[in-house]
Amino acid sequence: MAIDAATVRKVARLARIAEPQDRLEPLASELSGILNWIEQLNEVDTEGVEPMTTAIAMPLPMREDEVTDGGDPARVLANAPKTKDGFFVVPKVVE
Amino acid sequence: MGELTSLTLKAALDGLAAKQFSAAELTQAHVEAVEAARALNAYVLETPEKALAMARASDERRAKGAAGPLEGAPLGVKDLFCTEGVRSTAGSKILGDFQPTYESTVTANLWRDGAVMLGKLNMDEFAMGSSNETSAFGPVVNPWRTRGGNAKLTPGGSSGGSAAAVAAELCLGATATDTGGSIRQPAAFTGTVGVKPTYGRCSRWGIVAFASSLDQAGPIARSVEDAAILLRSMAGHDPKDSTSLPVETPDFPAFVGRSVKGLKVGVPREYRVEGMPAEIDRLWEQGVAWLKAAGCEIVEVSLPHTKYALPAYYIVAPAEASSNLARYDGMRYGLRVEGGNLTETYEATRAAGFGAEVKRRILIGAYVLSAGYYDAYYLKALKVRRRIADDFDQAFQNVDALLTPTAPSAAFSLGEKSDDPVAMYLNDIFTVTVNLAGLPGISVPAGTDAAGLPLGLQLIGRALDEGTLFSLAGALEQAADFRAKPEKWW
Repeated sequence: MAIDAATVRKVARLARIAEPQDRLEPLASELSGILNWIEQLNEVDTEGVEPMTTAIAMPLPMREDEVTDGGDPARVLANAPKTKDGFFVVPKVVE
Repeated sequence: MGELTSLTLKAALDGLAAKQFSAAELTQAHVEAVEAARALNAYVLETPEKALAMARASDERRAKGAAGPLEGAPLGVKDLFCTEGVRSTAGSKILGDFQPTYESTVTANLWRDGAVMLGKLNMDEFAMGSSNETSAFGPVVNPWRTRGGNAKLTPGGSSGGSAAAVAAELCLGATATDTGGSIRQPAAFTGTVGVKPTYGRCSRWGIVAFASSLDQAGPIARSVEDAAILLRSMAGHDPKDSTSLPVETPDFPAFVGRSVKGLKVGVPREYRVEGMPAEIDRLWEQGVAWLKAAGCEIVEVSLPHTKYALPAYYIVAPAEASSNLARYDGMRYGLRVEGGNLTETYEATRAAGFGAEVKRRILIGAYVLSAGYYDAYYLKALKVRRRIADDFDQAFQNVDALLTPTAPSAAFSLGEKSDDPVAMYLNDIFTVTVNLAGLPGISVPAGTDAAGLPLGLQLIGRALDEGTLFSLAGALEQAADFRAKPEKWW
């Protein structure tokens, strides 16, 4: 299926990536090329086939619900672009 | 001292044990080799002081009689592995100057066993690429050149830095990761051995995530035995990774050199693709003949859904990547580009921090997961993935392993395929099936093409049967007797 510039804008918005206006058409063409190549999957009969969500047949391991790590805010904040008084500083979210 | 870097890992470990040289001497020789090879762009960060400090500590441990299995061995680390206090970038600008406050399980296992870190190795951004050209640090240059030529060739990707560093003798071995072929294809392009273990064999904890259901760490080395030694240390159950398999790690090196007589090896007819160079086909035939001579029984098998593996992968991997890479929001670590409000800050940060291929894959992933397309694309791909895994299950009812080429060509020129995403994706045509099914695969250098460039053969095994692969790979290695080395031009 071919995707157009408007779809690219919408998907870029969903992915939170700013794409300038003049990149939308070229991206639409690149992504359409890839998706057209992917279309061949429709040749495969997958009637009744269970989707494969993991490469290993193993139930997720469970453990006691207890704290095993933490209490080290300095390490958590060590790579933050902005911090103040032991907190991450982020742009204002609520007006 | 130059010769110390030419040793295999095994020979170096033996030399250290016999006190022929110290870890400090061995490391110093490698530090000098790394400094002299910057034209290859294999290392994105050299850590010579840390390396020498680790080497001295290793010599002290050995003096006290507490030598580990990798005691004193200088290794390179793909920059996808988080290393405590040492910048880890995943080849991306968006991680900026990120200095992890923790160590990945795989690298921690290597240091536990006595290894020495020389530095961090270049790679395609977030491991998304087959030529190293998507790295924010610029591409690695393959130490190999065509005979008489001087064009810069790709070392493959995404573990191009790891493969180039091992081939150019800038480390005794390296860590790498493989999501669709990122260990095996660069190994084939550089005349090295690369192992993609069974999914769950190595912990993914502390490895920057690309596509979590496919990502797996493994070694690149200069011999099958070296790869087995490295994997023995890297592997092991880790409660911090919920997909880490709770199984014992076999003594992999013990499998190298074992007789392969009586093993049944399948040759999948679907891997004979149109347009494949005749010399790769010939090498494959040669591989069959070598294994026959070693006593294997060769059986033709069919993996009918092979051609659908790549398109399925290019839904599954981008879908998982678009979710995994949502974490790069400019708030907690890495780059932040301020915008007028929170959303604009996210969008500006991600626009500036991600390269073109990563953006392309995030957009595809977001698209195939979006309302209205999820069933048609994502769910369809997961069903095709099951079909591909079932093909392997069928084949492994009758055979112990499969033999295929590793890649459909030898190393190509930098820039040759970078304008055509689909042409680039086709590099992984023989390797990607293994990731989708979660199986182990190994690439062994088996010959050269007419231009003198190395070519690899791939062996694929049953889940958790890396041992058989190491035996077969050892037999191929012995028969091929591949001794060619890149002529030093850097």
